[in-house]
Formats: sequence, C-alpha cells, structure tokens
Amino acid sequence: MLRQISIDSLMPYFGVVVLIIVGSFFFPQILSADYLTQQLQIAAFLGLLATGATIVILLGHIDLSVPWILTGAAILSTALVGSGNPVLNVLAVPAALAFGACIGVVNGIGVAILRIPSMVWTLAVNSMLLGVAVLNTGGFNPKGESSTLMVTMASGDVLGLPISFLIWIAISIALALFLVRTPFGRYLRSIGFNEKATFLSGVSTPSVVFAAFAIAGMCSALGGVMLAGYANQAYQSMGDPFLLPTIAAVVIGGTSILGGRGGLFGTIGGALFITLLTSILSVMQIDDAWRNIIFGVIILAMLLFQTLRKGATV
Amino acid sequence: MLNYMRSNRREVIAGFVLVTLLATYLGTHPRGASTYVMTIWANQCLILGLAACAQFFAVVVRGIDLSVGAVMALTNCIASYLLDGSALGIAFGMVAVVAAGAFCGLVNGLIIVFGRIQPIVVTLATASIFVGLALLLRPTPGGAVNYDLADAMTLDLLGIPTALILTTIAVVGFWLPFRRTGLGLGLYALGSSEQAAFQSGIDTRFIRLAAFTLAGLFGGLAGLFYSFVTTTGDAGIAAGFTLNSIAAVVLGGVLLRGGVGTLVGALAGAFILKTIASLMFFSGIPSLAQPLFEGLILAAAIAIGSADILRARNKLEVFG
Repeated sequence: MLRQISIDSLMPYFGVVVLIIVGSFFFPQILSADYLTQQLQIAAFLGLLATGATIVILLGHIDLSVPWILTGAAILSTALVGSGNPVLNVLAVPAALAFGACIGVVNGIGVAILRIPSMVWTLAVNSMLLGVAVLNTGGFNPKGESSTLMVTMASGDVLGLPISFLIWIAISIALALFLVRTPFGRYLRSIGFNEKATFLSGVSTPSVVFAAFAIAGMCSALGGVMLAGYANQAYQSMGDPFLLPTIAAVVIGGTSILGGRGGLFGTIGGALFITLLTSILSVMQIDDAWRNIIFGVIILAMLLFQTLRKGATV
Repeated sequence: MLNYMRSNRREVIAGFVLVTLLATYLGTHPRGASTYVMTIWANQCLILGLAACAQFFAVVVRGIDLSVGAVMALTNCIASYLLDGSALGIAFGMVAVVAAGAFCGLVNGLIIVFGRIQPIVVTLATASIFVGLALLLRPTPGGAVNYDLADAMTLDLLGIPTALILTTIAVVGFWLPFRRTGLGLGLYALGSSEQAAFQSGIDTRFIRLAAFTLAGLFGGLAGLFYSFVTTTGDAGIAAGFTLNSIAAVVLGGVLLRGGVGTLVGALAGAFILKTIASLMFFSGIPSLAQPLFEGLILAAAIAIGSADILRARNKLEVFG
C-alpha cells in the first residue's frame, strides 16, 4: 500500500488542500465540518465509479459502459424494492451487484475473446443497456423506491462520518490489498504493461480481463445503488454526467491511461479533488460556461505539471 | 480490380454493407427513392460523416479525439453569429468558423506534442473548455443562419443531394490527392510505428500536430454543416457526436491502434450508422424497442468487423 504513494498520487491531495484554503477566503463556511462531511458523502459516488475504472485502466483498457451499468443497477434495485415483496426487498442490492458483474463479464468477452478495442465494445454495451432500459421503462422515469438499506448506505453516518464514504474507503483498501498481495494484482499490472509477455509467461490473460471488468461492473453497480438511495429514486441517464469525471479522477490520481502504472490511493485523492472542485465552483455561483472552462483548465494544468515534473528529473 | 478489392478489403466490406442498408431503407420508405428522401438522409449522414473524418485523423496517428463533439458545438455557436448579413460577411464568417475549428485542433495538438500527455486525456479536458466557450456564446440555443445559403447547402442540385456532392468533393478533391502527399504518407507511418517513422527521419512532432489540426478543421466543417442543417446555434450537441464518431470510424474499418484505414472508410462508417438509425424509423419496430435494436446492430457490426481474429493461425497473432 505504501509503495503506491508516489508524488503523482499525492498531487490531488495537495490540490484538495489548496482548494479548501483558497475557497475559504471567499466562503468561510467551506471550513465547517458540515460542508466537508457532505463533500465526503458525495465524493463516494464518484469515488466508487473511479475505483472500478482504475482497475480497468490499470489493465490498459477503458470502460465506457459505466453510465448505464449505474443507471441499470439503480433501476433494477428500486424496481425490486418497489414491488413491495419483502424477499425482493432484501435481494435488491445483491441483485444489482450481480447485474453489474454480469455486464462486466459481457464487456470482458468482447475485449478478451473477440479482441474488440474496449473503447468501442463497452460503448456498444452501453447503448444496448440504454436500449433495454428504454424498452423496460417506456422512456419514462422508472417506478420504484429505495429501501431503507439503500438510503442508509447513501445518507447515513457513523461517528460523524458518512457511511457512503466509509463503504468507498473500505472497498478501496480491500481492492488495493488485493492488487498488491495477490497474483491477480501483479497480472493486472503486467497485462497493462505488456499483454503478450504476460501471456507468454503462462498467465491466463482472458480470466484476468474477465475478473477486472466484473469488479469494475460491480463498483459501477454499487455506485448506482447508492445514488438511487441518495436520490430515493432511479431516473433515466442518471449516470451520464459521471463518465468523464470518472476518467478524469483516475488520471489526476496519477494512473497512466496506457495501463500498468498507478494505483487506488491516487484515485481516492482524484475523486475528492474533482468533487470538491465541482462543489466550490457551484457554491461560488459561477455560471455553467465558466465552470466547464475552469474545470478543463485545472485538469490540464495538473496533468501538465505531472509530466513536466518528470521531464525535469528523467 | 480483384487486387484492389483485396488490398482495400475493409472499405469494400463497409461499402457493401452501406449499399445493402441503403437499398433496404429506400425500399421500406413510404416515399421511395425520391430526391426529398435522399436529401434528408444525405444531410444527416454528412454531419456525422465530417465528424468521423475528424476522428479519423486523430485515430490514424494512434490517438483519439474526445473533443470532436465539443469543437462542433463551439463552431456551431460561432456560425450562428457570423453566417448572416452581407455576402462578403458570410464568406468571411464561413472561413472564420472553419479556422476556429482548426485552431481548437492545433491547441489539442500543441498540448499533446509539447506537454507529452495522452491524446485521450488532453481532449477530454479541452472538450470541457470548448463546451464552456460554446456556452458563453450561446447559453440557450438561438441565433440564425442565412436561409438562402443554408438551402443551397442542404437541398439538391439537379436532383442530386448537395450533401452527396460535398462528400464527393471531400473524397476526390481532398482525400485522394492528400493521401499521396508527404504529410498523408507520414500519418500512416506515424500510426504504424512511431519509432520507425522517427528513425526514417520523419518529423513526428509536426505530423502529429498536423493530424490533430486536421481533426479540428474537420470538426469545424462538421459544425459548419450542422449549422446549415439546423440554422441555429446550440452548445448542447457535443456528447452524442463524439461517441458516435468513434463508433463510425471503427465501423468503417479504421483500426484504433493506428495506421490502418482511410477517410473513405470513416465516411462509409458514419453513413452506415446514420442509415441504421433512419432504417429503424420506418422499420415498423415499436419505437420503444428501437434504441435496443440500434445498440444490437452496432454491437453486431463491430463484432463482425473483428472477425479477422478467426484468421489468426497462432495465438500470439491475437495480441497484435
């Protein structure tokens, strides 16, 4: 775990501190415990998606089916709860996770067996999921509601810390240990560096790809379940605004988009940074246009800083 | 002829699929193969076609451009201010719109080449900036484009849809000569193997810069043509076009790992994608099921396109 902490992955944490300090000059209430814990709670949604995305990006692939895995899981879980049947109510969260894992395996089949570039295949899977969702719900907002469990997961708190944040960190730590301590983690990174060499070393590369996409699918599904708990409903295209910030969070956290290099520690910082940046920009009531521009410029600046720093030392 | 077809296998397959789909579309359309039907079809196709051309230039040098849609949104918003008034003003406006697109591409290229950051990440960030600029220009959809000009560009000439004439001009007037130039060959060299290209004395930085500038230029053209079709400026069009342009180039046989594919293929892929969508509209499939069928056809087309995998004689060939 400690080995993962490089200067690149510390960058977003540094950015978070700068944001809080600069923001507090304009709005002193940013320093209040209420505001900061609320940010941790919201960051968990993006963070869970980014955790899954990190696994796939370490592999050297990308998962563009995040939005509709998220929405599908939310629709599925709220529909099960909304049916009023107590058994289905209990099954809502596991069913959503299983759904995410299944779609992850479908992604894996296209990428590992059919050898379709992940960027295109996951995009096609995303549009098929959209089609299924539209067919199922008739294009209207799906009916259903969130269970108490889902609401607690999204909005509850323990000892002043939001439960959503604790779930996110617990999953991140578990996955980080999994990546460092098990062969799977080493295979994952080595496929990211060189798939051919990994295959020649006797690793069953397709099964690693399957597992990675399944984990990513489950993370997206869990994000969807918690988001449905937060909003107390599922709605069409609730996942669309999350796709690009997810990738941005992973990359800002120092994970190379080419695969192999990086880790979950940086991703946590990346998700915190992006959530805080979005939040502060909206607290300052900057209009949408400038918010987009500032968002883009800051991400570029952080990436440029990371590469230029390497240029100076190498 | 047979040799030509063999060496351009990907484009030939894409062309064949397109012709089949188009025939089905015209056959099922209640008004048949009239100029009116063809014109509407061709306009929709060319918008995505130009976006796919933009994506092609980024993909062929082993990059990807996630800002295609954003450049279109920005140039569309600029066009909604400039394309009205005197003839001279409009002519200047059209040049300015395309130049703005090329400038966006140049900015992408400069950051990619000199900042040494992956194209996918750079264009992700710049897309946000371009959409922001577009929103500054047009917080809500509005503005106008000269109707006479828009009509001239989007109707027909002697029964042939103008959009198809423009497509032909892009291929015959631009692509075929361009492919034979040093820059055209350099794109393929860089996409196939950057190291080999560099060692052969090719200025890889210039080629990459040029590729992304061309991507921006075609994004600008796509935005311009979109303005002719809709005659308003709308900053909210970015998301759909970016992802569809990627799907289009892949359908057209352009490999995402670079160095393989042609502009003609990219155009064919875009036309296929749009024809599928129009086909759905008249197919009698319940409208709620149409998005699902569109997704299924897209996935099937991509899966078939990767059938090359079955020809691999050795498991190692699979890894490319």
